[in-house]
Amino acid sequence: MMLILLLFVPVVAGIVMFIPGSWPRRQLLPAVGMLHTLLSGMTLNAVRTGKAPSALGGLLQPDALGVIFLMLASLLFLAASFYAVGYLREEDKLHVKRDFNGGRPFTNAPETRFLACLCFFIAAMTLVTTTPNLGALWVGIELTTLSSAPLIYFHRHQASMEATWKYLMICSVGIALALLGNILMNVAFFHTNADLHGMDQVSAFIAAAKEVQGTDNTIWLKAAFIFLLVGYGTKMGLAPMHTWLPDAHSQAPSLEAALSSGALLNCAFLGILRGHQIMIAGGLGDFSGGLLIFFGLLSMATAAVFIVGQGDYKRLLAYSSVEHVGILALSIGIGGTALFGGMLHSVCHSLTKGMLFLVAGNILTRYHSLSSYDVRGLREDMPLSGALWTAGFLAIVGSPPFGLFVSEFTILKGIFASGRIFVALGYLAALATIFVGMSVPVLRMVQGRPPRDVPKSYSESLYTVLPPAVLCLMVLGLGFCVPDWLADTLNRAAALLGA
Amino acid sequence: MYSLFQFVILLLLISDLVVLWSGRILMLIRLSALQGMLLAALLLLPINGHLDGEHIFLACAVFALKGIGFPVFLRRVSHKLGIEPMVRVRLGRFFPLLAGLACLAFSMLLENRIAEALGLFPHMLLPVALTTLFTGLIVVVNCAKALTQVIGYLVAENGIFILGIPLMTEGSMWFELSILLDVFAAIFVMAIAINHINSAFSSIDLAHFRNLRD
Repeated sequence: MMLILLLFVPVVAGIVMFIPGSWPRRQLLPAVGMLHTLLSGMTLNAVRTGKAPSALGGLLQPDALGVIFLMLASLLFLAASFYAVGYLREEDKLHVKRDFNGGRPFTNAPETRFLACLCFFIAAMTLVTTTPNLGALWVGIELTTLSSAPLIYFHRHQASMEATWKYLMICSVGIALALLGNILMNVAFFHTNADLHGMDQVSAFIAAAKEVQGTDNTIWLKAAFIFLLVGYGTKMGLAPMHTWLPDAHSQAPSLEAALSSGALLNCAFLGILRGHQIMIAGGLGDFSGGLLIFFGLLSMATAAVFIVGQGDYKRLLAYSSVEHVGILALSIGIGGTALFGGMLHSVCHSLTKGMLFLVAGNILTRYHSLSSYDVRGLREDMPLSGALWTAGFLAIVGSPPFGLFVSEFTILKGIFASGRIFVALGYLAALATIFVGMSVPVLRMVQGRPPRDVPKSYSESLYTVLPPAVLCLMVLGLGFCVPDWLADTLNRAAALLGA
Repeated sequence: MYSLFQFVILLLLISDLVVLWSGRILMLIRLSALQGMLLAALLLLPINGHLDGEHIFLACAVFALKGIGFPVFLRRVSHKLGIEPMVRVRLGRFFPLLAGLACLAFSMLLENRIAEALGLFPHMLLPVALTTLFTGLIVVVNCAKALTQVIGYLVAENGIFILGIPLMTEGSMWFELSILLDVFAAIFVMAIAINHINSAFSSIDLAHFRNLRD
């Protein structure tokens, strides 16, 4: 029942949003967020204590790996749902909206659709993170694309339309390639005794992979993983398939960008992790691990190149996401102790990036500009958001005492333990470059005097400051101590990946 | 039955080559309809000779959506927006056709090397599936209009569908149907987006996409 509610509460809420009339739709969103988070917490607890919850004939059957991403998606949705109330209130105040590029007037998409799509978006991510069926996972990821595309086009201007189309087309084609990966995996296991069409395909495929180990069929398995990596890697934002990401995250409303960057990328990553689990069982962990290391380092290097000199602060955050998905891929490819670091990194990155995008939304609401050159004196002008922006910057670049420092350091230790010195050097070089590259625009925005053309009377809403502040405290807390229940779940997830 | 199956496969291959050569939007829509109908036909010609209710149901769904629904929908979008009949191509017409033929040759080589040993795919199914997928990707990259990119996506998805046909066993229908519904939703959302592109840019030519760069 718990899992069914988890999936269907947001679906029903999404449908309810379309009920006509002027009723408090916005307030329904935090209620859905709280209920979803509560159910996710219960699911996490059930998985952690080994109860193996299951529903819909096994279609929903989360494991430790999925439940971490489920919890993150829930938490970010909760933060975004409260933020949405304040955000939409600010949108109402603007009678004439002008785009940030050419100053052309534009209108917003209907709020009803926006709120409904947010609910469908979290429902799709719930399906992805709770199912052990690779087909349902694929369907769920495609649904995340379709439900989030209207969110990106909330502000109806040319730039957001361009971003939406790129997102739709590139991700749809990418996900189609992931479907090909699914099919090739079925080809590889066609002659095995495994029940390939049962609901728990992950377990069935792992059993089948053990059967085909050392046979000629491993070539199909390798091809399948390559397509899964390219397909889900496109959605995850791994370089060089990341091109849609900076455009979509910079043009989407900040709460959508927070959800996409913090939760959606994890969902796509889960698709790759499922493939890697099967490859390990088939004795091909070195092959898939090598590819993950390669794409991980390439993503970090690409992010470093584009972060240096980046003037658009939302694109800066988007490229930072490319960097961090690279770190995640790298940690999984390295294996060993880096796996725990990678899992912890996914938690810390999601919370931090969610927080940063929400704060970026506050800055954008105040300054009406995406350029970091137009924003000055945040410390003085927006003391709460300014402090959160600075803290978020320190967290995202891996400074102590935030959780990302712990995770990045754990991954580095794992790389050294595996004896890959050149990988460690590349990892450190990219981190150092990105630290310098991000610090320039962020510090420029925080310091100095506020521009004179910005209206003086401005007060920060509790709705838009509290959610990122809570996320910030969580990341800070994880830097001091990882609670036992979380460490236990992360260890269980790492064990599924061969730790 | 087997020779009929091969004949349908051959027709699919010919339709791919015409897609690569064609420069007219209406023709591309018609070819995507033809491919949808041929896919439905393939489902009614099971390789092992056993035709069950699931295959018939799926064939009807494929025929209704890919053979009729999507093309009619795309044609209506094209008509409503008054889109120019000719497609502006980035790579010309000869190079995509050459690339398609090269993909066919490569996948035939692949079939001889590894697929035959598996005994799963009927002769030429793998090369035609991969060529169809590749054709779709070429159309996405080569054609500069949003509508043709949707057609390219549809053709690429057809290629993946062909590859999945030999794997369709009892119980896999719900998955195939959910994919079909997903593709339906994707085409629907893309068509809405095309309407908005036309409103925002007064054209669906993607050459107007110049706002977002580093």
